Formats: sequence, C-alpha cells, structure tokens
Amino acid sequence: MTELSAHLPQFQHGQLTENFPDTHLSNTNDNSERRRHDNSERRRNDNAESETNGQPQNNIQRVVEQDEEEDEELTLKYGAKHVIMLFVPVTLCMVVVVATIKSVSFYTRKDGQLIYTPFTEETETVGQRALNSILNAAIMISVIIVMTILLVVLYKYRCYKVIHGWLIISSLLLLFFFSFIYLGEVFKTYNVAMDYITVALMIWNFGVVGMICIHWKGPLRLQQAYLIMISALMALVFIKYLPEWTAWLILAVISVYDLVAVLCPKGPLRMLVETAQERNETLFPALIYSSTMIWLVNMAEEDPEAQRKSKSSTYNKQAPASQTQNEDAEADDGGFSQEWQQQRDNRIGPIESTPESRAAVQALPSNSQTSEDPEERGVKLGLGDFIFYSVLVGKASATASGDWNTTLACFVAILIGLCLTLLLLAIFKKALPALPISITFGLVFYFATDNLVQPFMDQLAFHQFYI
Amino acid sequence: AFFWLLSLLAASLLWFVSRALSGPGDAPLPLGAAAAVLLQELGRFACFKLLKKADEGLATLSEDGRSPISLRQMAYVSGLSFGVISGLFSIVNILADSAGPGTVGIHGDSPYYFITSAFLTMALVLLHTFWGVIFFDACERRRAGGLGLVVGGHLLASGLTLLNPRYEASLGPIFILTLCTGLWAFGSAGGSFRSVLECLSCK
Repeated sequence: MTELSAHLPQFQHGQLTENFPDTHLSNTNDNSERRRHDNSERRRNDNAESETNGQPQNNIQRVVEQDEEEDEELTLKYGAKHVIMLFVPVTLCMVVVVATIKSVSFYTRKDGQLIYTPFTEETETVGQRALNSILNAAIMISVIIVMTILLVVLYKYRCYKVIHGWLIISSLLLLFFFSFIYLGEVFKTYNVAMDYITVALMIWNFGVVGMICIHWKGPLRLQQAYLIMISALMALVFIKYLPEWTAWLILAVISVYDLVAVLCPKGPLRMLVETAQERNETLFPALIYSSTMIWLVNMAEEDPEAQRKSKSSTYNKQAPASQTQNEDAEADDGGFSQEWQQQRDNRIGPIESTPESRAAVQALPSNSQTSEDPEERGVKLGLGDFIFYSVLVGKASATASGDWNTTLACFVAILIGLCLTLLLLAIFKKALPALPISITFGLVFYFATDNLVQPFMDQLAFHQFYI
Repeated sequence: AFFWLLSLLAASLLWFVSRALSGPGDAPLPLGAAAAVLLQELGRFACFKLLKKADEGLATLSEDGRSPISLRQMAYVSGLSFGVISGLFSIVNILADSAGPGTVGIHGDSPYYFITSAFLTMALVLLHTFWGVIFFDACERRRAGGLGLVVGGHLLASGLTLLNPRYEASLGPIFILTLCTGLWAFGSAGGSFRSVLECLSCK
C-alpha cells in the first residue's frame, strides 16, 4: 500500500512548502499491524506509527509557478533517477530475504502460525484447505483494516502520544527481539559458537543505534540501511508464519485493499494523507523510506523525530518543486505505509511519530524550510511495500519447485511493476499505491513460472538444449 | 528482460499444451524449443517498438530535440538484458546444483556437463547481445535481410544445441557463430578495422 506520493512541486518562488507528514498512512498501518502482531508472542507491539511514520508531507498542492513543460521534462529526467534510487533498496531487501531463506532453514520450518491466522492448512481435503486459507486471509485483512482505521482516528483526534508510543514499542520489539532471533538462527546455521555477552552487546548496540537512527537523527545511509533491515526481518517473519495459500491470498487481497485505501476518497490512507496535509505535518518517519537527505537536514531543526521516524517512504516526487524536504511523508504514505506500518508495527513495535514533535514542527514558521534542490528530492516508498515485495519473492524462493527461475522471474516482475508505478506517479503526481501493479505482476509470474515454465526449462536443461 | 520472460512464458504455454496433446513422448521438446526461439524474437521486436516510442517521447522533451540515449545504446542494453536473463535462467539452477553434493554424469551422461553448460551459456549471452544490436539496427533501417539473419542465426544456434551431448558438433559451430555475429554487430554499430586500431593506439 505504499503510495508513492508524487509530490507536487510546491514551489512558491523557490520556497518549498511544507510537506505533510505522510505518517498518516503509516500510522494507520501501524495500528493495523500492531493489532495483528499483538497477539503473537513475538508480535511486535503495534507500531502504530510504524507504518504511518511517513511524515505527513505537506503536500500543499500549490500551484506550480514553474513552467509546466519544464516541469514535465524535469519530472521525466528525475523520474528515471528516482526509479534507480528505489531499485537499490528494494533489491537489497529482496536479496537479504532470499539469502536468508536459502541458507537459514529456520524460516522455512513450520513452527506454528500466527494468532491472526487461526485456521490451519493441513487439512484433508482441498476444499477445506481453500476455505481455511480464505478465512485466514479475511481475518488478517480485517485486522489490518481495523488498525489502519484506528490509526487514522488517533491521528485525527491528535492522540499523538499514543501513536508515538505505539511506534516506539513496535520498533523496539522489532529491533531487539526479532534481530536477536535472527542472529541466533544465523549462528545456528553456520555453527558459530557465541557467548551471551557478545550477543547481548551486539544486539544492544544494533538496537539502540537503530532506534536513534529511525526516530531521531542519523546519517541517511544508516537510516536507510536500518529501514531495509527492519523490512527484511518483518518479511521473514511473515514468510515463516503464514501458511502457503494464506500468504498468496493475503498478498492479492492486500494489493486490492491498497488500491482502494489510497484512491477512494473515503479511504483511510487517503484521509490520513489529507489530514496530515491540512495540518502541515509530516508523517511518521518510521514508516517511510525516503531516498533524500535534504529533508533530514531541514527537518532536523524542526522535527528531528519526525524526520527520523519516517522511514522515508519513497515518494515519487515527481514534481521538481518537491515539497519541503522535510518529511515528505505524505499522507500518501498511507499507500504504502499501511502495509509498511503494519509490518513495522509488528516488527518494530509502535513507532510513533511524536505528536509533540509534529506540533513543534507546526509551531515553527513554515518558511523555515529551505528551498529544496530539485535534484535532491527523493522518492518515498512506504515500508509496507518493501515488506510485501520481499514476502512475495521470499515465498517464491522458499516454496517454488522452479527454485531460482521462479525467484528471478518474480524479482524482475516486481521491479518492472515498480517502474510502471513510478511512471504513473510521474504522470498523475499524487500519492499512488505502490503495491497493486507489482504484486499482480509478481503473482502472475510466480504461478506461471512455477507451473508452466519450470517443467519446460527442466527438460531443456536435462537435454542441454538452449533456446 | 521482462519481454524475454513474457516470450518465455508464451513459449512454455505452447509447449505445455502441445505436450498434453501429444502424450508423454519426447518429441515436442524441439518443437517447443523452436517455438520459444520464434517467440523470443517476437519479444525482441516488441521491445524495439516500445523503446522506439519511448525514445521519441524523450526526444521531444529534451532541450535540443535529440534523445539523451542513442538508439545504439538502447539496442545494446536491450540485447544485453535479453542475454543476461536468458543466461541466468539457463545456468542458475545448474549452479545451485553444482554447489551441492553429487557426481557429474554418474548415470552415463557426459562428465563435462557443467563446463559445457558454462561455455554455452556464455556464448548465448554474447549472442543475444549481438543479436540485439543487429536487430535494432536492421529494424531502424528497415532491412529485412538483417532481421532474417538474426532469426535464422538464433534458430541455428538453438538447433545446434539440440545436437548435445555431441559437444564437438555443437560447441564449435556455436562459437564460430558467436564470433561472426559479433563482428557483424560491430560492423553494423559503426565500427571498423580502423576504429579498432585507433582505439588501441589510444588516439
């Protein structure tokens, strides 16, 4: 559901308008995520903000003073750059997930299911299994929806503290607990002897630096790296605990939901973005992956937390007049942030964009934001998007009979979907859901490759024919 | 890459259907392979059309009316991506298996399976790149001869691999084919003996 928000260039004589915190989206997501994960023991606390940490971008849709054509041209030119800027983190996340799945057997063992998916898939008949998976998916989706709505409600009524607390607990859980388990499993796989003291030190450092980077200030690369790692951890948890058919169904339904939530006027994510825009706030930083650094610098003065928090969602800032670099977390985050948030919530624990910080930001004069350099504008992508892309590719590599062929095919399909989405973002210039197109392509290619291409390639390879 | 995958998908569909129709014999495999080749070329053509459109769009938007990416570069990139994805699909499972336990050719097949696979894949990747360049060039200048030769060359290469595991018969000709195609692509991309000399002497 990550929305690639196309930031309209909000130039006003060179001054960038504030971006709404896009955390909206992430927040709602967080809530939903949290709910989902709450029940499982390891579930991360609701990252209420996890998803919506996207700083609400103040997408003040001001009229662009620039020449329209110039805009378009710049848009396309920088659009290509943004595509590349998004490719790298998405690829990295997927690579990490696939590498882990292939090597650490823990994540492919069936050790039970989440409490959100109570129906088992080990049934006798196919019909029963189908029914169970549909019920599982329905439960999961309703949890997500409820959490999203809760997040939007919290945001609307300015219960910022709750959201922030939620996000912080989620990120805590994700950074410490899940990475501890991950590290333990990696050590087990490679038979590395390790003592508890070293592990405690490592995990402590990793977690604390992560919290600081995500919720406060930190180098951009480090923050991006942490966001990628968190997304990968979350995706791994999903891959492990979701049974087969449920996982595929959930992916399909989530992309539909993403589409609906972001584009419908009454959709929660859209409301989140709009509210954030109205209030000129940034969305929660912990839920959005952003590829620019500038807004960090800008925001540092005003809302360090907001900046940090949003896991920079990559928005497609198509318009050169990018919104202030500050948390461009547009409400569009809701697009991806939802999923992202949910995931984040679960994993990281509630990451809340501090309402205080946001209030602080709003209190600051709005023209304190420096004009953004068009080239520096980056794209924001919700973390939920990362997570679901990685879930798709990870599941493909874990359970496909075609093995690497299927994984490769899904990988290419997702990247092409991302390209298309970014292109649409350039054309429409508003927050878009990043999930539907990519997930659709990915699913189509997965099933097609697994069932049709695999036997073909197998036979060809057996006889050593080349096509 | 995407287009190659699409064509592969279509080819597998065809093969699957034909296999279901003709029973569990081995016969449909060459047929499926030939169909796959043709569909790949079709995919390459679709790629060309799309890139041409995008190129025109870029040209109109750029400041001086020219596209920032030359058609040659696009041809090279598209050929390369075709080659890479085709090579990956051909080799990655073999690589994964080669990292595991086992003996090559224990059931009487050739023990040189891995090495020849590696060489063939390399040749194929190079061939795809060259074919991409030649294909785009031929389409650009509307010379049917180039097109026909690319398709014919592809069919020939595929057909030669059908002769495996008689490696002498397939590896040799394929490499010769690769060399010739490479020279031809180089020539069609505007290079010449003189330009090679200039490059080598670092003028």
